[in-house]
Amino acid sequence: MSASRPGVVAGLRQTATLAWRSLLQIRHNPWELGDFSIQPILFLLLFMFVFGGAIAGSTAEYLRFILPGVIVMNMVFVTVYVGYGLNTDLTRGVFDRFRAMPIARWAPLAGRIVADLVKQAWCILLLMAVGLLLGFRVEAPWPGVLAMMLLVLTVALAMSWIMVLVGVLARDPEHVQLFGFTALFPVTFISNVFVPVDTMPDWLQGAVMLNPVSLLADASRGLLLGGPVLAPALGALAWAVLLTAVFAPLSVWALNRRLARG
Amino acid sequence: MRTPRVRADSPAILAHGLRKAFGATRALAGVDLEVPQGSVVGMLGPNGAGKTTTVRILATLLVPDAGDAWVGGFHVHREAHAVRQLIGLTGQYASVDERLTGRENLLMIARLLGQSRAQARARADRLLETFSLAHAAGRAARSYSGGMRRRLDLAASLVGRPRILFLDEPTTGLDPRARLELWQLIRELVAEGTTVLLTTQYLEEADALADEIVVVDQGRVIASGTAEQLKAQVGARALVLVAADETEVAALQALLREISEREPQVEGRRLSVPAADAAVLRQVVRRLDEASLDVDEVTLRSASLDDVFLALTGHGAETPLP
Ligand SMILES: Nc1ncnc2c1ncn2[C@@H]1O[C@H](COP(=O)(O)OP(=O)(O)OP(=O)(O)O)[C@@H](O)[C@H]1O
Ligand SMILES: [Mg+2]
Repeated sequence: MSASRPGVVAGLRQTATLAWRSLLQIRHNPWELGDFSIQPILFLLLFMFVFGGAIAGSTAEYLRFILPGVIVMNMVFVTVYVGYGLNTDLTRGVFDRFRAMPIARWAPLAGRIVADLVKQAWCILLLMAVGLLLGFRVEAPWPGVLAMMLLVLTVALAMSWIMVLVGVLARDPEHVQLFGFTALFPVTFISNVFVPVDTMPDWLQGAVMLNPVSLLADASRGLLLGGPVLAPALGALAWAVLLTAVFAPLSVWALNRRLARG
Repeated sequence: MRTPRVRADSPAILAHGLRKAFGATRALAGVDLEVPQGSVVGMLGPNGAGKTTTVRILATLLVPDAGDAWVGGFHVHREAHAVRQLIGLTGQYASVDERLTGRENLLMIARLLGQSRAQARARADRLLETFSLAHAAGRAARSYSGGMRRRLDLAASLVGRPRILFLDEPTTGLDPRARLELWQLIRELVAEGTTVLLTTQYLEEADALADEIVVVDQGRVIASGTAEQLKAQVGARALVLVAADETEVAALQALLREISEREPQVEGRRLSVPAADAAVLRQVVRRLDEASLDVDEVTLRSASLDDVFLALTGHGAETPLP
């Protein structure tokens, strides 16, 4: 350990330790396990059995449509936990403890984000597994599943930066949840996650098809079931780049400003 | 494991003219501080005096608007990483991860500091033992009592065996027994050679733990020295009168002012003033008689740090020891 600065390798190791710590928290907080496990499954079952008949004529047919949609929707909501966790660390003084330690400056934030990606990956795998049990069949070549995961995780990472900003700006963790879910509800529902876009009025269709959630859901459907992939995937990736370019620097700036104000 | 050492020829902590404002609030108005290696310095001051702000600057968490500080011979801002390798910080509010167990909290910190899994486990177990937390080591810190949380917090700041330790109001909110236990732990650390800067609102605490006391008020150091020196500075004794009647307080105040040539402190019917020697007692009794003033109580006692504080700041150290 040098006197001047921690190296990148040490920083990565510290990031891994901090990510491990975030995941460990789940063990002692069963409700969190519920958020990351039971809730997505409940969403899937609920939508499938309640709306399935009305929207697609049969639950089996609707499952083809809704599973990729629920994967994307759940990803969007899980990003809130980055902001929630970060804000908890900031308001409870844990972040200060890290800052007074000889570790890489970026490790605490990076640890949060890495842990969140692990949670995201877990949710996707869980939903895929439950989907398969319910009768979902991957109709496209199997590598599509992997591609879908990577695409969803990429967009998750980009969207996390928005929640990092919320986590920095909010007064307490409860406000992060309140604001996060309030802002994300319209974004997920004004999309083609639950119903095909052509059932909506014309004026809404434009907005829905610009929504990154729709683009990602369409790309995921293409990757799992066959159908157009390139256009929606590129659209989703363009959003990821845009969100990262705007919110990553903004979040880091806001975080440093909050810390400088004591 | 920790490569940088405290530079041999430098004080453990040195600060010159630290200033810090938060918007319109001036938190520090030029704080100077020097803490010799291996000593315990107690920073004593009322709410809002600037204690936490000073500690946060020294612990590299906050950049001062003006002034410089060195910890272990390293500049707190320009060589912050080296400083962080030397210090431990227990902040005013416990900063443990409530959603981890006590043991996990310590393991995490040990791992962050680069210890191996085995080293980390050994260190965590040792500290849990020392701080009487072994029985609760596997419970989430959320379920800990205030005293347990404080001890875990202190244990967490000792994982890396810091040479210089900052304790910001370490015993606030603890019951008397827990306070005494924590004092004992701090004394043991000091015996091992750790330099400690602790802040407190409790005069008794500074008196019990610190080699030297630095009194701060409104962002400035207003006095410093050993407890004895501070007491001598304001008179070795204090004369206390309790008026028999509310209406005579003003007359008693004038009388005390005249005798001692100092402004007495008045709290309800109680008046107190520093006194140079015991002869003042006879003088007071004679003058009370001449003026036919009745008092419920006349006491001459050794000055407490409370008197020191009162004399220096013109107001009390607000919070009494519970
Ligand atoms: N982050 C902040 N933003 C605004 N004002 C602050 C901030 N931190 C401290 N202050 C103000 O600066 C002054 C000094 O605060 P500080 O916390 O250093 O005092 P203290 O001596 O630690 O008090 P206490 O005994 O209450 O802990 C106070 O007036 C306080 O309100
Ligand atoms: Mg304070």
